[in-house]
Amino acid sequence: MRLMKRIETEAIVIGGGATGAGTLRDLTLRGVRAVLIEKSDMASGTTGRNHGLLHSGARYAVNDLESARECIRENKILKKIARHCIEDTGGLFVTLPEDDPSYHGKLIEHCKYAGIRCEEISVQEALRIEPNLNPNILAALRVPDGTIDPFRLTSANVLDAQERGAIVLTHTGVSGVIREGDRATGVNCRDRRTGEEFEVFGGIIVNASGVWGQELCASAGIALRMFPSKGSMVIIDYRINNVVVNRCRVPSDGDIVVPGDTVSLIGTTSKKVDYDKIDEITVDQDEIATLLESGEKLIPNVSRTRVLRAYCGVRPLIAVSGEMDGREISRGIVLIDHEKRDSVGGFITIAGGKLMTYRLMAEMAADLACAKLNLKKRCRTRTTALPGSERKLDQAKSVKFFTGIPNSVVGSTLYRHGQRIRNILHRDKRNYGLICECEMVTEGEIEYALKKLNAKDIVDLRRRTRIGMGPCQGQLCAYRAAGLFVKYDSATSTESNKMLVDFLEERWKGIKPVLWGDALRSVEFCYWIYQGLFGLGDVKFPEEGEDR
Amino acid sequence: MIKLENISFDHCIKCTVCTIYCPVARATHHFPGPKQSGPDTERLRIKNPELLDDSLKYCTNCKRCEIACPSNVKIADIIQSSKWRYFKNVFRVRDFFLARTDLMGSVATRVSYLVNFFIKLFPVKFFLDRFMKIPSERRFPKYAQGTFLSWYNKHRKEQEAFAEKAVYFHGCYVNYNNHDLGKDVLTVLNAINVGVIVTDEKCCGVPLIANGYIDKARKNALFNIHSLEKSASAIGARIVSASSSCSFALKHEYPNLLEIDNSAILDDLDYITRFIHERFENGNVPAMKPVPVRAAYHSPCHLERMGGVMNTIEVLKKIPGLDLTILHSECCGIAGTYGFKKEYYKVAQKVGAELFKRIERVNPEIVITDCETCKWQIEMSTPYRVEHPVTVLARAIDGKKL
Ligand SMILES: Cc1cc2nc3c(=O)[nH]c(=O)nc-3n(C[C@H](O)[C@H](O)[C@H](O)COP(=O)(O)OP(=O)(O)OC[C@H]3O[C@@H](n4cnc5c(N)ncnc54)[C@H](O)[C@@H]3O)c2cc1C
Ligand code: SF4
Ligand code: SF4
Repeated sequence: MRLMKRIETEAIVIGGGATGAGTLRDLTLRGVRAVLIEKSDMASGTTGRNHGLLHSGARYAVNDLESARECIRENKILKKIARHCIEDTGGLFVTLPEDDPSYHGKLIEHCKYAGIRCEEISVQEALRIEPNLNPNILAALRVPDGTIDPFRLTSANVLDAQERGAIVLTHTGVSGVIREGDRATGVNCRDRRTGEEFEVFGGIIVNASGVWGQELCASAGIALRMFPSKGSMVIIDYRINNVVVNRCRVPSDGDIVVPGDTVSLIGTTSKKVDYDKIDEITVDQDEIATLLESGEKLIPNVSRTRVLRAYCGVRPLIAVSGEMDGREISRGIVLIDHEKRDSVGGFITIAGGKLMTYRLMAEMAADLACAKLNLKKRCRTRTTALPGSERKLDQAKSVKFFTGIPNSVVGSTLYRHGQRIRNILHRDKRNYGLICECEMVTEGEIEYALKKLNAKDIVDLRRRTRIGMGPCQGQLCAYRAAGLFVKYDSATSTESNKMLVDFLEERWKGIKPVLWGDALRSVEFCYWIYQGLFGLGDVKFPEEGEDR
Repeated sequence: MIKLENISFDHCIKCTVCTIYCPVARATHHFPGPKQSGPDTERLRIKNPELLDDSLKYCTNCKRCEIACPSNVKIADIIQSSKWRYFKNVFRVRDFFLARTDLMGSVATRVSYLVNFFIKLFPVKFFLDRFMKIPSERRFPKYAQGTFLSWYNKHRKEQEAFAEKAVYFHGCYVNYNNHDLGKDVLTVLNAINVGVIVTDEKCCGVPLIANGYIDKARKNALFNIHSLEKSASAIGARIVSASSSCSFALKHEYPNLLEIDNSAILDDLDYITRFIHERFENGNVPAMKPVPVRAAYHSPCHLERMGGVMNTIEVLKKIPGLDLTILHSECCGIAGTYGFKKEYYKVAQKVGAELFKRIERVNPEIVITDCETCKWQIEMSTPYRVEHPVTVLARAIDGKKL
């Protein structure tokens, strides 16, 4: 029998969402040797399926003061360490004629308790800030909300950790936890692309697998109950708002319109789902109707725009005490020391919270992990900037530095990669030819993502660069990108063809729920190109590699 | 963020047809083409106006992309309005004067001999090239002596005597450079029993728009709409123009680009050959003498955008003896004031090269086209004389030599 590959390390982090990536980075910054294992791609779980709101905390201030306080603290920290992942847009809370007018005053008061700067402004002022806002609003408040790009944030955390020596294994699933008596000592892994199985051993295992934590705990003989709740969102083809627009009422469906890079998002709904269905959730028609209707009330323009796609994510809510009836479900951060709770050593779980609080969660998990490893190292993530955010960005200067390259290209690259733009664009190398024209992704940026950012297929590439996220959803860029995988020795031509099919299928899934009007025309055209012109549907692939 | 009203860019399905039809994208790699400069980067500019690309300036506003687009995206309008919405307006003496065709005209026509003489002199050309960035290769249209309007005023009475009348928007070129074309319009319309009324007008605004003087263009537009409406509605007349770009501005640029309501005159506006063609169809064809000339017809971009080329061709076909070759549709490259600017001169000539070649292959006695700037461009770049379709028609009617 062939001997199985075996990796030894100090800490194992399972899950490459924001929480796992943050924990990996935190541990690495403390000098701990760590390995991250992610079954799919970074930020492919809940982290990549939310609306990327950098909460000020105002949304929680009335109902959950503790969360609100966490949010505003992290809000201030992230604006310093993760500049290039954040847009400090500011946010509005607006009262519609049909909303309970007393919520307005309550929100002001609770923001004060939570330490959130909340300022009353006139309706005219609100319309000046946000010209496309419903002019019939009755009142408006201004809060320090912002937006955060979850893909970029996760990727920057991983990049930093990797540059400091961490090992990152994506497309690698943990199939079970290895136990020696009352200790968890390692994990069984399977590379989903090659099918190779191997083991990783470490002194501490951090379970940051989000809503999938229940499964993982079960494989270690631990009972942990999750209560998944689905949330859906729709994406509008372009930016219809400048700032985050919230509805000033008790949080409910379709309350928020978030500007995110070149698009706007309307979020979100909330629906209970059975745990065994978490991998097959889809957006329902009634959710889309609700979102569009509510979005239109905030920004009337919504009704005239093209809806790009719809998607959903699952909130990982946890029953803390292990009780099964769900009375003690927590919405906050949950850190579990399974040695104490379940008498299983070497294993901890970090879950719940928000994207917003990923750093705090990572800090809490790394503190506990270090304590278990008997290391006395301080957390440094409060002040150490992520790669790309080292210095404050100045667009005008960069545009000047890269004279000769179009402003739209320089600006977009800078926006996505911050200071690292210098590793990406070269005036002299002509690496700024566009691969994705909707989102201005250059060949240089793709090369960088392939070589430095663990992009293994075109779907991964989308999360690193926004390729295929524009109006055409991959009509021109996808096949160009497939070619680059071959050019930069990241795939064989058969592999790259298969990637192309997978990518288009992934795009198609998100468009299906919104197929009308221009989106439908666009898809028909795209289909014609790939099927009619390239005959992609007739290409046969050998049955192996990643389980689809 | 702007208040989003005009969102035609959102209908783009990225078919890239527009890019294939863009003559500028074909001529220079400095211009990425209508799709990218229009709908693609408009999304980015909405997000952040600083993402505006300099390359937008290469667009000639020929509108060929809009004809090609199956999704009815107002591509060229998006590009034009982005230019003046986001570019910091730096004042350029040259652009100021190029844009002010009526100001220049009213001065130059008083001393037209001097102007026409001086403009050809080497030192003047050198000065223009060096300091005004107007290429020395560029030939200027000659200025006439006095204005068309003052000539017309002497004939106003006769014209008013006709039972049916049309209001004629003559435009700057006829007023200051080519009175003969205006006179030909009278010859032709009179021959089909229509009197010509000329009213107060200002430059249609095309050169102003091209050079970013939008407020002035809007003012002119309002003036023209008001003035034309007043004269036309009083006598139930239609409004005709023999300049395809003026006509295009009145009809389309006012509402789409300048966002000015022109509904008061829109239904009455006709490009002249459409007006004539309609009468011809109704049997009102004047007696014509043969014009035995071999001619090549070039269709101007803006006339194509209006869908008016067929009218011109049908009218020309009625002229006995005229041996007409219709050229493949190509842009001549001059695009109004564009070809007068040193930075675009080479591009303009390259855009036109295909057309010039095609004309040469036909080797006609004259070239016919509806647009005055196309005429300048072709006359400068080929050895052929260029005439307006109305002029050819007028010669068939009055029998004078073409
Ligand atoms: C609809 C919706 C809207 C939201 N909006 C916001 C918002 O606006 N702002 C905000 O701050 N928060 C928001 N949230 C919350 C936020 O998205 C989540 O709290 C956060 O993303 C959780 O990150 P995570 O890393 O803990 O989990 P995940 O991102 O789910 O990461 C877990 C990872 O573990 C991997 N994994 C699972 N099992 C295994 C295994 N066996 N082996 C290897 N890998 C495994 C998964 O593939 C996944 O990538 C929203 C959530 C939802 C659902
Ligand atoms: S108007 Fe003409 S030059 Fe401008 S983008 Fe369209 S086709 Fe090209
Ligand atoms: S022709 Fe129209 S739909 Fe096609 S790419 Fe150009 S603007 Fe878009």
